[in-house]
Amino acid sequence: MSWVLASPIIIPFATAVLAFLFRAGPEGRWISVIGSAGLLIASGVLMAEVLDKGVVAAQMGEWAAPFGITLVADLLSAVMVVITGITGLAVAVYALADIDTRKEQLGYHALFQVLLAGVCGAFLTGDIFNLYVWFEVMLIASFGLLILGGRKVQLDGGIKYVTLNLISTIMFLSGVGLLYGMTGTLNMADLHGAVQTVDNPGLLVVVAIMFMIAFGVKAAVFPLFFWLPAAYHTPAISVSAIFAGLLTKVGVYALIRTFTLIFTTDIAYTHTILLWVAAFTMVTGVLGAAAMNDFRRILSFHIISQIGYMILGLALFTPLAIVGAVFYLVHHIIVKANLFLVAGVARRIAGSTELDRIGGLYTYAPFLGLLFLIPAFSLAGFPPLSGFWAKYVLVKASLDAEVYWVAAVALVVGLLTIYSMTKIWGNAFWKPHPAGATPRLSDMTGLERSALLTPIAALAILTCIIGFFPQPFVDFATRSAEQLLDPTAYVTAVLGPDAMPVVEADGLAEGEVTE
Amino acid sequence: MELLLSIMVGALVAASVYLMLARNVLRFLFGLILISNAANLTIFVAGRLTPEAPPLIPYGQDAPVGVVANALPQALVLTAIVIGFGLFAFALTLVYRTYQNLGTLNSDEMRLAEPEESKK
Repeated sequence: MSWVLASPIIIPFATAVLAFLFRAGPEGRWISVIGSAGLLIASGVLMAEVLDKGVVAAQMGEWAAPFGITLVADLLSAVMVVITGITGLAVAVYALADIDTRKEQLGYHALFQVLLAGVCGAFLTGDIFNLYVWFEVMLIASFGLLILGGRKVQLDGGIKYVTLNLISTIMFLSGVGLLYGMTGTLNMADLHGAVQTVDNPGLLVVVAIMFMIAFGVKAAVFPLFFWLPAAYHTPAISVSAIFAGLLTKVGVYALIRTFTLIFTTDIAYTHTILLWVAAFTMVTGVLGAAAMNDFRRILSFHIISQIGYMILGLALFTPLAIVGAVFYLVHHIIVKANLFLVAGVARRIAGSTELDRIGGLYTYAPFLGLLFLIPAFSLAGFPPLSGFWAKYVLVKASLDAEVYWVAAVALVVGLLTIYSMTKIWGNAFWKPHPAGATPRLSDMTGLERSALLTPIAALAILTCIIGFFPQPFVDFATRSAEQLLDPTAYVTAVLGPDAMPVVEADGLAEGEVTE
Repeated sequence: MELLLSIMVGALVAASVYLMLARNVLRFLFGLILISNAANLTIFVAGRLTPEAPPLIPYGQDAPVGVVANALPQALVLTAIVIGFGLFAFALTLVYRTYQNLGTLNSDEMRLAEPEESKK
């Protein structure tokens, strides 16, 4: 049982070691692909286990639950790990043609796998301090990937990325310390009971806000997102894609996890803040995108805008809204990573990502145009693609909750998303190339073409599948939302079958030990 | 003792915020060291202080006898120090490389990744 939970973390780490040893030759990149495929299989096994048995938990080193480190997977964790596997494999294949030998020798593949391990660890851990450690693993790997190659523009973006993320980390760490001081436990399932008995609920809200700020920086919400558009367009395309797909979503996941499991004592206060944050994030993100004139920078601002939708689902805190947030999370990772991959192909054949300097892609590479349209329309929310259902559920949830202004904001932001997508379409695809070049897919070698286009096509097909057959995915998101809103299954899986009623006594007993 | 440490945390945070508001990135880094130490002290104080009672288990026993200091915050602080040191070493190298390449430590002049529109 514990192997099922530990393997999505162990496999990438083992792959990272092997990839680092073989970084000098071409073996490294294939090790990375095989390792990512292994991760996808392991995540599939985990998903099967969770679907079969409900919430799965394992105690590392056989230390009993509130004291040792727990790995735990409910449906949300499991689906996030599966998505990590899918995106990881897609980007690993893409990197076969995208990453040059110099970056490989500097250890690109090892860092990439460490990043995947950190992301999986963050999704699977059931211990708040352990979550901090996984954030750090993820962060240090992302630092390395971001500045790999050392171009001036990368260093410039890197400074902003590193400094703001370090502040968020320290905020998180202080929050963990204070939370431990109040409750005497670090286990998230145990915290769920322990926060109910805290004798100073006001201080708990302060700590909740510290967590909100810390995770808000990671998730790139308004007004904490400034590191993202400064950095995400600077590294290699593969790095941009995996960052865009996964990193901010770990922040969103952490927000969803802590604000459904732990900080639910003052929902009227905390979740109202989240609602405003969500609205401002959606609007500022999409306005930023409308102002940009570079393929990747437009997409970077879109990440921010889309994060707003997920936070909106969490903020409304109704069952349907959480369904929307989970669905959006899954759909967004696939679509966003895919758009960055398309931007990479466009740069490869047309020479740049700046929209003023490229063009003619539709005339000479119509297939790429099709591959761009699927994720682009999905992102904007065109039926019948996956983004439509995600937005539909969220708008429905905000109408049901009678927060009409937010529903209006969500719809207008969707419209503006289309505006900036048409900007990319009009400039990169429709207008003739300013330098008179003829960007054709056949300019690339056969291996390059298949390595670059296969992951894009696979992710586009996945988007279509979610779009055309949304019912099983919505059902899944519904079950997952039920688990999030009623953490009984989560708590009992970690602490034992009779933990739920006596969990408050546990919290007290442990609090006494610490004094 | 708790009061003294709490005041110290406050002083550290105040000093670090002052440093981090500077345009010079190196000053920012010094602020970062101070604030990460403030966070470590916060964990230490929040875990309750029990002076002169090391958490040692006497020979032949399974659990410590009597009231002992809580070892868990110390373990957390230790982990945080190690991680913080690693990240700081990385950040310092990054700042040094940036200075070599861009020729400035002033964050206002770092506009390569996000060039101003007027220059276009």
